[in-house]
Amino acid sequence: MNSSSASISTKTGGNPKWQRFTAAERTARYMVYLVVLAAFFASLRTVEIIPEFLYDAPEQLADMFTRMWPMDFASYPTTIHGAMLDTLHIATLGTLLSLLLAIPLALLNARNIVQSLWLNWIAKFFLVSSRSVNSLIWALLFVAIFGPGVLAGVLAVALRSVGFVGKLFSEALEEVNMGTVEALKATGASPASVLLKAYWPQAKPAFYSVVLFRWDINVRESAVLGLVGAGGIGVVLNDAMNLFQWPKVAMALTAIFVVVLLIELLVVNVRKRLI
Amino acid sequence: MSALEIRGLNHAYVASKPILHDINIAINEPGIIAIIGPSGTGKSTLLRCINRLIQPSSGSIIFQEADIARVQGRSLRELRRQIGMVFQEYNLVERLSVLENVLTGRLGYMSAWNAWRRKFKPEDIDRAFELLDFVGLSDFAMQRADSLSGGQRQRVGIARALMQAPRILLADEPTSSLDPKTSVEIMELLKTLATDRGIPTLVNIHDVNLARRYAQRMIGMSGGKVVYDGAPSGITDDHLKTIYGGESWLQ
Repeated sequence: MNSSSASISTKTGGNPKWQRFTAAERTARYMVYLVVLAAFFASLRTVEIIPEFLYDAPEQLADMFTRMWPMDFASYPTTIHGAMLDTLHIATLGTLLSLLLAIPLALLNARNIVQSLWLNWIAKFFLVSSRSVNSLIWALLFVAIFGPGVLAGVLAVALRSVGFVGKLFSEALEEVNMGTVEALKATGASPASVLLKAYWPQAKPAFYSVVLFRWDINVRESAVLGLVGAGGIGVVLNDAMNLFQWPKVAMALTAIFVVVLLIELLVVNVRKRLI
Repeated sequence: MSALEIRGLNHAYVASKPILHDINIAINEPGIIAIIGPSGTGKSTLLRCINRLIQPSSGSIIFQEADIARVQGRSLRELRRQIGMVFQEYNLVERLSVLENVLTGRLGYMSAWNAWRRKFKPEDIDRAFELLDFVGLSDFAMQRADSLSGGQRQRVGIARALMQAPRILLADEPTSSLDPKTSVEIMELLKTLATDRGIPTLVNIHDVNLARRYAQRMIGMSGGKVVYDGAPSGITDDHLKTIYGGESWLQ
């Protein structure tokens, strides 16, 4: 609402009286609050919480923890370690593969680089399609095509990442100082040289930052992809749950937690050095 | 044969609002040619038409026996690289070193592939160091450009333009972002280049006194037209009134 114009109405015989919003704007704002409240209560009525299950929840939770403890440490070297490495491979390969499509699409999408609305829109179409499909759905598709396994996971992660990396890199390119671009054009540099020496140095920190962030997200996402058979730790997790091997489930969850934490630390440190 | 000849140049961003009207300027001599005029009168547009950062609506710009207004692609870039340009906001690549900024002046003479690998010719690197020495920044060669002050950045901008080995130099408000003392230093530097190295230098400038002090020729523009073209000594208060309008600012 910050962009709405303020109104000044003149009081007779005094200084002009200033109000942030006009009467119509104020009414509209109250209507928005009202709609939000109404939506909250409407949805509360439709979720149909079963009270018995709700009262029972703490007991069930305690029960699950007792079944999970002690964790099945022995399963780590035999099954979980390998699956965890698969998950990391899926995330890393998927992220790298996504760059092959994301970089060209980002360039085509950036209006200050490609001055053709048609090409901008075509690039935007692919970027949005990639983002609008969840990686789990991509994984289901690729498991159907290539069969269960790591390859399906890699492709699912890659296709989902294209939209994310492409859109954010494209925005970084659109935010560069155009004065520098103009200056290098004026030296007689070719379009490719202008791209490499004016756009790239300015967008580079954002690019690496986005790629690292996406890799971080992909590690977490690829841990889940196994649930639909796309390889990695998720497969182990799914099997253990189906067989009620709760100690093994606990071990797998702990492994995921520790890996995600370590990656978070790594990404934060690398990013600090980049900028 | 003039170093640069502008004939019947017109430009309009929007057809109904022309910016430049029938500009005719011939530049034959080295030295500083100052262009003065109020904001929005088309001084920057004129400079940007000369190296075709802006495509003029009509007219011709004869440089090196070619019409810059008509050429495209590689031939345009080959003309552009012989025209140095200095900007009000310096327009350096902030995240690159000072030396590399100067070397970007050679981009027009090398392939993108070599630019990517930073394969500059050894003689270019030697020359970049010489130019940094000339503008008084040898100690800053390895620093990042964004660590410099405004005056220092403008010196890097000038060194970059010189790196092109330009036949003419365009300077768009080179002193407008600088303090009075630094402005004088930058104008001194441009004057040295323009006279000692014999490079005709077109300078857009707001400061009439600075223009009078350093220019050997002045062009007054108003409403997109050239209303004065001659020696700085010939500019009278009457001319200034025509150029800027009003007279209260003259005191």
